[in-house]
Amino acid sequence: MTKKTLTRDDILHIAKLGNLTLNENEIELFKQQLSSVIEYINKLQEVNTEDVEPSSQITGLTDVLREDKINNERTLTSEQALANTKSKEKNLFKVKAILTE
Amino acid sequence: MDLLGLTIKNVSEKLKDGAFSCKELIKECLSIIKINDKKINAFLTLNEDGALKKADEFDNLIKNDKEIFKKKPLLGIPMGVKDLYTTRGIITTAGSKIIKDYNPPFNATVIRRLIDAGVIIVGKTNEDAWGHGSSGENTDYEPTKNPYDLSRVPGGSSSGSGAAVSYGACLVGTGTDTGSSVRLPAGYCNLVGLKPTYGRVSRYGVIAMASSFDSIGHMTKTVYDNAKVLEVTAGVDPYDGTTVPIRVDKYTKVLGQNIKGLKIGLPKEYFVEGLDNKINISIRESLKVFEKLGATIEEITLPHTDFAMAAYYILVPSEVSSNLSRYDGVRYGGPRELFGAEAKRRIMLGSYTLSSGYYDAYYLKAAKVRTLIKQDFENAFKKVDVLIAPTSPTLPFKIGEKVNNPLQMYLSDIFLCPTNLAGIPGLNVPSGFADGLPVGMQIIGSQFSEELLYKVAYLFEQETQHYKIRPQFKNG
Repeated sequence: MTKKTLTRDDILHIAKLGNLTLNENEIELFKQQLSSVIEYINKLQEVNTEDVEPSSQITGLTDVLREDKINNERTLTSEQALANTKSKEKNLFKVKAILTE
Repeated sequence: MDLLGLTIKNVSEKLKDGAFSCKELIKECLSIIKINDKKINAFLTLNEDGALKKADEFDNLIKNDKEIFKKKPLLGIPMGVKDLYTTRGIITTAGSKIIKDYNPPFNATVIRRLIDAGVIIVGKTNEDAWGHGSSGENTDYEPTKNPYDLSRVPGGSSSGSGAAVSYGACLVGTGTDTGSSVRLPAGYCNLVGLKPTYGRVSRYGVIAMASSFDSIGHMTKTVYDNAKVLEVTAGVDPYDGTTVPIRVDKYTKVLGQNIKGLKIGLPKEYFVEGLDNKINISIRESLKVFEKLGATIEEITLPHTDFAMAAYYILVPSEVSSNLSRYDGVRYGGPRELFGAEAKRRIMLGSYTLSSGYYDAYYLKAAKVRTLIKQDFENAFKKVDVLIAPTSPTLPFKIGEKVNNPLQMYLSDIFLCPTNLAGIPGLNVPSGFADGLPVGMQIIGSQFSEELLYKVAYLFEQETQHYKIRPQFKNG
């Protein structure tokens, strides 16, 4: 299933999926700009892909594993981990509550 | 000191001979940057104190250790680092406002390797935010200008690194190439720029754009310099599971070997309407040089070329929307409202192509087309050794020309993104000039053929020496 153009509701829906808030100007602008991109990418429907396997790992590596051990060289101290946050409390990241009583 | 005309090879020799010290070299770089960068905007952050301290340290090492140049093959070489690379203790913004004050607690693997090899980081370079763009204009800061003509773009997304090497602010600039972002600025700034095979160079610590595409490359003035840097950056990294355990060649060793009998393929789908005739003429002239060097040239076909951009603009935004979901303002950076317009567009496009009801029609379909494009190249490499194509269909375009039309901007990468879909390497080499502007030519090979690409490019460069034509800051 593909679409030719995006509606205002489509734009609001995908902005929500991406956790973005848009202003009125952006809604209108992106509706028009993204519709032209969608129209362009729809040309893929012309390609016959019957019996073609999808590619995601392009050099063919599979099952690359590492030992299940802590590597101290790449571990941050809690001071380092918290050094860039604007909101912390007692060595922890402080975030808004997502559950209420 | 004429840094603008020097190469890594020259500088290493001069440092060895004691013609100048690391400190003198770095001071000269910083002074060139201070004089010119207000006009060019290649740098976002300068590492002035860090660089001078490092230079002092190296000057002492040179005095006390005769073997130091063997241990550190890039000793004292000034480097500009694309701001997508995580650098410990140096602000890393990705060209974005959302993480404008992020001070990383660690180094990317490539940065660690380059520092161990002796490079000196002079600063972090401007870019299209998160790597999203072909002109440098999608930076959340002031856009970088092309040193050959200040009214034109330097190519993106590694715009600052390209401009910086081109105007002599440093001798190597790091870049990332997800769809064009090393080769296009190299093409527009008269540089040698490598997009390595996917997995040849570690991505660890390089802020992710599209993880199944991101290729970690660099720009230099010459082929020798470029090969020298890849000798340091290439290889397996336990921190990046996509790095491939294939031997890293001593790339500089093959430079100068002859290419008699080399078979060059010209993809006929790349020489079509829409290609600026001046570029076509320049590439055809360059092909004559290859024939003179003993190569043979034949036309080949890459039948699915016409669908590459569409597949790319489904798969890449899908991965972008996932990678940018981590910027939530909790651990570092600000709120998501600070994303620029292009990042928002790509997050939304990716959210759309991955969303319920559309996944099969878009993402899965594009992943299958990716297989067909990879097979196109595999079939071509059964017939020929390398492919040669223009890097861009147009000369460096005017600043502002494409900013309001994202689709037009995307199509700037039409000759570049197919190689990223196939995971193969591509090397931009200067092909000459048209209307006083650089023309880029790319040499494309099969996966892990970097050694061959350098060998082919080197002889061409020796014949043509286009890299010696320096920017004039036209329209400045």
